[in-house]
Amino acid sequence: MEKSVNYGDHDDLNLEATELRLGLPGISSSSDIGYEKQSSSASTVVVVRNNKRASPEGIMTQESSTKSNSSVSDARNVGPDSHHQPLAKAQVVGWPPIRSFRRNSFQQKKTDQGDGAGMYVKVSMDGAPYLRKVDLKVYKSYPELLTALENMFKFTIGEYSEREGYNGSEYAPTYEDKDGDWMLVGDVPWDMFIFSCKRLRIMKGSEARGLGCL
Amino acid sequence: MNYFPDEVLEHVFDFVASHRDRNAVSLVCRLWHRVERLSRQRVFVGNCYALSPEILIARFPGLKSLTLKGKPHFADFNLVPHDWGGYVQPWIEALSNSRIGLEELRLKRMVVSDESLELLSRSFANFKSLVLVSCEGFTTVGLAAIAANCRFLRELDLQENEIDDHSGHWLSCFPDSCTSLISLNFALPLETLQNILMRAPQLVDLGTGSYIHDPDSETYNKLKHTILKCKSIRNLSGFLEVAPRCLPAIYPICLNLTSLNLSYAAGIHGSELVKLIRRCAKLQRLWILDCIGDKGLEVVASTCKELQELRVFPSDVLGVGHAAVTENGLVAISAGCPKLHSLLYFCQQMTNAALIVVAKNCPNFIRFRLCILEPTKPDPVTMQPLDDGFGAIVQSCKHLRRLSLSGLLTDRVFLYIGMYAEQLEMLSVAFAGDSDKGMLYVLNGCKKLRKLEIRDCPYGDKALLTDVGKYETMRSLWMSSCEVTLGGCKTLAKEMPRLNVEIINEHDQMEIGSEEQRVEKMYLYRTLVGPRKDAPEFVWTL
Repeated sequence: MEKSVNYGDHDDLNLEATELRLGLPGISSSSDIGYEKQSSSASTVVVVRNNKRASPEGIMTQESSTKSNSSVSDARNVGPDSHHQPLAKAQVVGWPPIRSFRRNSFQQKKTDQGDGAGMYVKVSMDGAPYLRKVDLKVYKSYPELLTALENMFKFTIGEYSEREGYNGSEYAPTYEDKDGDWMLVGDVPWDMFIFSCKRLRIMKGSEARGLGCL
Repeated sequence: MNYFPDEVLEHVFDFVASHRDRNAVSLVCRLWHRVERLSRQRVFVGNCYALSPEILIARFPGLKSLTLKGKPHFADFNLVPHDWGGYVQPWIEALSNSRIGLEELRLKRMVVSDESLELLSRSFANFKSLVLVSCEGFTTVGLAAIAANCRFLRELDLQENEIDDHSGHWLSCFPDSCTSLISLNFALPLETLQNILMRAPQLVDLGTGSYIHDPDSETYNKLKHTILKCKSIRNLSGFLEVAPRCLPAIYPICLNLTSLNLSYAAGIHGSELVKLIRRCAKLQRLWILDCIGDKGLEVVASTCKELQELRVFPSDVLGVGHAAVTENGLVAISAGCPKLHSLLYFCQQMTNAALIVVAKNCPNFIRFRLCILEPTKPDPVTMQPLDDGFGAIVQSCKHLRRLSLSGLLTDRVFLYIGMYAEQLEMLSVAFAGDSDKGMLYVLNGCKKLRKLEIRDCPYGDKALLTDVGKYETMRSLWMSSCEVTLGGCKTLAKEMPRLNVEIINEHDQMEIGSEEQRVEKMYLYRTLVGPRKDAPEFVWTL
């Protein structure tokens, strides 16, 4: 049984319709490819896509700057003729198509260097000229970690209580978790903490007291 | 047609189970329509905005089980802004105000608040089953209400949801003996795991959660001990944070497992996975990470002869590390697992030759979703597009209902799809095609197409507007980062009043009135109830 594809009024193989051009008919080939002008960006992008195995003219246009919240326009710059560059995957929104919590668990895998290798995170202290690094795997509990930090930066942290945070000094140990939020050290179980902690920051002064007064 | 009394018709219809068949039955004549609707107990609503709760309740007063889907599929990949919609609250409110005796609720991609869960738990005395897939908006507070108030709960399945609080305290809200509970699928913290296993020894499905670090710990031993008692477990998932040394705890139940989900267990090496899988000869469903490698997949192929569904997820999303799985793993699977019908495969590369072999080995594919991690990557051996490979798949797999494409693709692959994929219902396309022709081949050729989702392809207004009637035969169309313009979408909306044509104007880029500007995200769907009233500011219904 023959299957014919119907385009409505047009004959198939209307090659002119797919001919390479730098602009769509009716739209001026404006060279304004700024951020706001969606219409002219359309013309340049179409050309790039059609150029996969065609002549090189017009392939490397400025399409990457035309798309506003671009998924990836440079993705289409590929063909056996052109230099095949591996795509920077991090730039593509929503690619690869996996749910966000799967993405997050890979960030975690990268933090966890395996059983022997240690889990180093940066520690910053407000007012200190440079940062330090600690290996969270070396410690078995919060008191151990906090003592080590106190020694490292020569300061004292107060008493921890669930109600008031760290009372008794002008310092509060905080950490950045996987979601990018700044959390007070000590609220969650130790095991959960070392897996979600990306970096530490010892807050000082009014900012620290603010946290404790919440 | 009224040769039989209604009761006889109803009895006959009892044997018609699938909702599609029942929909067909209801179209025969008014009598059949009435008998069918009064006797239907299970209803499937693929798009919650296609109708209203009132319409549902009026038509199916005998409703016991409802399936509802909300957001478009690409919402799973962060392409849909947060407050887009898909709220279940109006549905639960309407149902609880009616006489409907709801027993089962299955939601996918919907926003479910704690308030909704509490209302649900109090409204239906016989409520038995709650399934939430890829939902958000609730916490363990809502779950506690379900555990405490639903006395006859048999199934609680929480897959792939965004839940903020992972603590297990709410689980103590289950009664002391849940003899009715046979399925508990979510991440259970270890401390509560054995608690639940003690209370519900007949569990068939079990999801495990967090930390199992230390094989010498007492909790680990208790777990081992408890699992030995659970002969009934067939379906196991979880292992969010498990040290490989602790995997032997589940060896005793491996032989009976029919479903295993290790896709969250980023810490387990391929060799450990393989040791585990060698013991699971009865597996029908396997979800795994690509660190199992091609060699590991060969072991799967030789061990799991009953395998029907395989999903291989990427473990190295950003990096350019060594190739985890390639076409070789897939070929091995296709050769070793004759019953395979559903596949989701993330890989570094694919060749036409491999796809042709896979197509020949597995003509029974229903779902074939291939994701080559690098967009527009060609066949690395021949540097050709993958048109022929996918063409072989659609030509050989005559029952194919779902297809996802990737890699370098021209219009030709869509020509093949239009020609051969006669049963295709859902197609996902990204970074593919050369011209409008591609989309037109598909719209023209795939008569059973229900869902089409496209991103980053060169399809414009001509493709969109050539066959507008087609969209009323489909559930929905998603197009993002394509070439459709505001003017084109407006034209479509005007010609087809029974479609909602929604534009997502996320970063306020759209200027009202400028017709030629490109539309970044468009989602259209057929509906009986017109533009939705809960659309946020950034969603324009044209």
